[in-house]
Amino acid sequence: MLTLNINGADHQVDVPDDMPLLWVLRDVLGMTGTKYGCGIAQCGACTVHLDGTAVRACVLPVSNIAQGQKIVTIEAVGKSDLGKKVQDAWLEHEVVQCGYCQSGQIMSAVALLTQHPDAGDAEIDAGMSGNVCRCCTYTRIRGAIKSVSQA
Amino acid sequence: MTKNVSAHAVSLSRRKLLQASGIAAGGLLLATALPFSRRSYAEQYVNKGPEDAPLDTPTALGAFLRIGHDGQVTLISPKIEMGQGVQTGFAMMVAEELNVTLDQVRVQEAPPDEKLYGDKLLGFQATGGSSSTRSNWQPLREAAAAARLMLIQAAANQWGVSPEECRAENGKVIGPGNRELVYGALVDAAAKLPVPENVPLKKPEDYKVIGQPLRRLDTPGKVNGSAKFTIDLQLPGMKIATVNACPVVGGTLVSVDDSRARAVPGVRDVVKLDNAVAVIGDHMWAALKGLKALEIQWDMGPNAGIDSAQIERALHAAFDREGAIAAEAGDINKAIAGASSKIEAEYEMPFLAHATLEPMTCVAQVREDACELWVGTQVPVMAQQAAAKAAGLPPEKVIVNNQLIGGGFGRRLEADFIAQAAAIAKHVDYPIKLVWTREEDTAHDLYRPHYIDRFSAGLDANGMPVGWSHTIVGASVMARFAPAAVPPNGLDADAVEVSNKPIYKLPNLKVRYVPEAPKAILNSWWRGVGPLHGAYVMESFIDELAYAAKQDPVDYRMKLLGDHPRAQAVLKLAAEKANWSQKLPTGHGRGVAVQEVFGSYLATVVEMQVDAQNGIHITRLICVADCGEVTNPTSVHSQLEGGTMFGLSAALYNEITIKDGHVEQSNFHDYRQLRMSDAPPVETHIIPSHEVPGGIGEAGTAMIAPALVNALYAATGKRIRRLPVARAGYHVA
Ligand code: FES
Ligand code: FES
Repeated sequence: MLTLNINGADHQVDVPDDMPLLWVLRDVLGMTGTKYGCGIAQCGACTVHLDGTAVRACVLPVSNIAQGQKIVTIEAVGKSDLGKKVQDAWLEHEVVQCGYCQSGQIMSAVALLTQHPDAGDAEIDAGMSGNVCRCCTYTRIRGAIKSVSQA
Repeated sequence: MTKNVSAHAVSLSRRKLLQASGIAAGGLLLATALPFSRRSYAEQYVNKGPEDAPLDTPTALGAFLRIGHDGQVTLISPKIEMGQGVQTGFAMMVAEELNVTLDQVRVQEAPPDEKLYGDKLLGFQATGGSSSTRSNWQPLREAAAAARLMLIQAAANQWGVSPEECRAENGKVIGPGNRELVYGALVDAAAKLPVPENVPLKKPEDYKVIGQPLRRLDTPGKVNGSAKFTIDLQLPGMKIATVNACPVVGGTLVSVDDSRARAVPGVRDVVKLDNAVAVIGDHMWAALKGLKALEIQWDMGPNAGIDSAQIERALHAAFDREGAIAAEAGDINKAIAGASSKIEAEYEMPFLAHATLEPMTCVAQVREDACELWVGTQVPVMAQQAAAKAAGLPPEKVIVNNQLIGGGFGRRLEADFIAQAAAIAKHVDYPIKLVWTREEDTAHDLYRPHYIDRFSAGLDANGMPVGWSHTIVGASVMARFAPAAVPPNGLDADAVEVSNKPIYKLPNLKVRYVPEAPKAILNSWWRGVGPLHGAYVMESFIDELAYAAKQDPVDYRMKLLGDHPRAQAVLKLAAEKANWSQKLPTGHGRGVAVQEVFGSYLATVVEMQVDAQNGIHITRLICVADCGEVTNPTSVHSQLEGGTMFGLSAALYNEITIKDGHVEQSNFHDYRQLRMSDAPPVETHIIPSHEVPGGIGEAGTAMIAPALVNALYAATGKRIRRLPVARAGYHVA
């Protein structure tokens, strides 16, 4: 039995040690907002926050998560002021196309803006290039992030 | 009318069902729906007269519209939402003619039904070919306008006044003395009235909704994780399946040792198909580990030795065949022989995978007498037929619940993975969710054909073309997808699109097409389809002619576009926006492309700098469209931006190659996609127009490759005639 603190609540899960957090979230806990895109940390669709830092849940075995580390997913990122601002900016800028990558994009953007509240183009390039959007909504993602950034 | 396909009792009340299926606009909330517990869509929603509709069922006003007693308007969308904004556009058309606001309209996917929901342009029920707005612009507005007239008539009848004294406004009918009745109170009476014919539609100057930059209906759930794609669905008792198909097309399964796989905790079943093995587990991790633990013996079949070089040799050899004439005018031989100069070129485009971010996924349950699917598909009728065949059932026993799509790009015009899901589900007595790994998705796609195009042109003393000969070699997608649509000579309209009707004035021309189906690789539709190929080669070659004639590429095109004022207008505006006439420093260059694609006119300009290390810096990317009447300008801008970069991604990097009969690429590390750091800003401009709407979802995609290679030529003097440009050593810096 492992205890995972997800979105402020403790969850007891009985899963193999090597099981990536992605599948625990999706297939065990039914939290499907975090997406699968590649399974090898190449697309960012599975991005969640571990103690505020963006991580790729598809390559993070649950046993590597220490007791008490806080996991935040797209389902709850809007509870923080910044998370809500970013989600609103996404709607305001009509970023979304198919939407499949956008959970991961928003999680990466919130982590980026937490670290760099004044993120400009260079920080956006560095912080967002791990997230693939096959609909290529990059122009609007950049615009939405800039609207929240204090740069 | 279809009878309930389930042998099991309907366990939820109709009200609950409607709630369960109608909550999310544009999608279905399925966690609460039990397989086989609902009546089929066809039964639930289609052809319902008010007599047999229970009181809590929205009343049907034709095939496209339902109105509830609460006034809620439901649009039965013949097109699936995959990010192109089509369902919001449709809802806007309906809101406009029904005189309601957009928030009063919700959207539901249409069931498979060719008669009601088939696409008139495509000839079957599908979302593709950038046809959605073009095909539905008229019928949807007419349906809503007819419904409005019926509601007005119903109110007039009730009041004993003439309909001319009444008007519809904001979901109500208003009559003499300002009396009012809401639509919900009128809908039952309205549905009994005859449907009026030849209903007049609003004039553009009266539009209140159409033309407004409104927000999409399906986006809120896509920014908070609540939107459900197929991959997110959970049914009671459902297990997760993942699959390995034989790496080589045409190969088969010989044997599999699944003892180690079955020992993986959480693995439930291993299912053998003719050419694949699936592992089913409690969760994807168990299924994935089980899959890795399989020891499979394949018979790789006849294609085992095929590689890309062989395929390319076969394509080149096909030029010796006569093929089919796609277009012919004047005397090409005489014209070229008598020309002042002659120019020749050969272009080549690679196989491409779709790489939708949501991999192929399908939820399926098969029982002895019925099958139910939950799947995002661009082709619900084909999905139904494919699953029926795989499950050994008649098609009417297959229910298709269409879902939000996490990227289509043409991939979900195929039902291979749906048939596979049904075939797997047939072996077990619980619902399965088949999820392809990215590796499976990349290596078992149906790919955009590899085309080779040869041109030769004769120019007169002024450098203008007097003869134009063009031969196309490549797979006929249509011959595989819908053989009946191809004439005996093999002339595939898709393969020759744009090329067979050049927008340029070309007095003597001959266009030939030689179909050549490659071994070891299946070909299909890919965003941009025919125009993607046609625009690339046409706009590359015309650019070469302009340079050969020592003329400015914009001026040269302009002279040849005399018959196409809309093309001239987009080209002119694009050149203006790009400051085309302003000189650029050495190492910089601009390239242009202009075409009519999908009924829209587009011009794209790329401006770039190329550094000494072959690094490309795209400094500007401008896209001008005249796509006729625009329903939602925000969606048009988004599609132009995204579609252009989608094409750019492929033109820069992508190529699927074959070795030992199998696809060599497997995931995003070796099938690279455009990322934020190499995504240029795209400037989009729409020319206002009241012409009939043109398609826009693929238009930008079709235009970018030629603009890119033309800019590269302008900057470096090097002409890239084979995509992707990465092959020639360039990268995005
Ligand atoms: S699924 Fe984790 S990075 Fe792609
Ligand atoms: S919106 Fe479709 S993948 Fe990003």
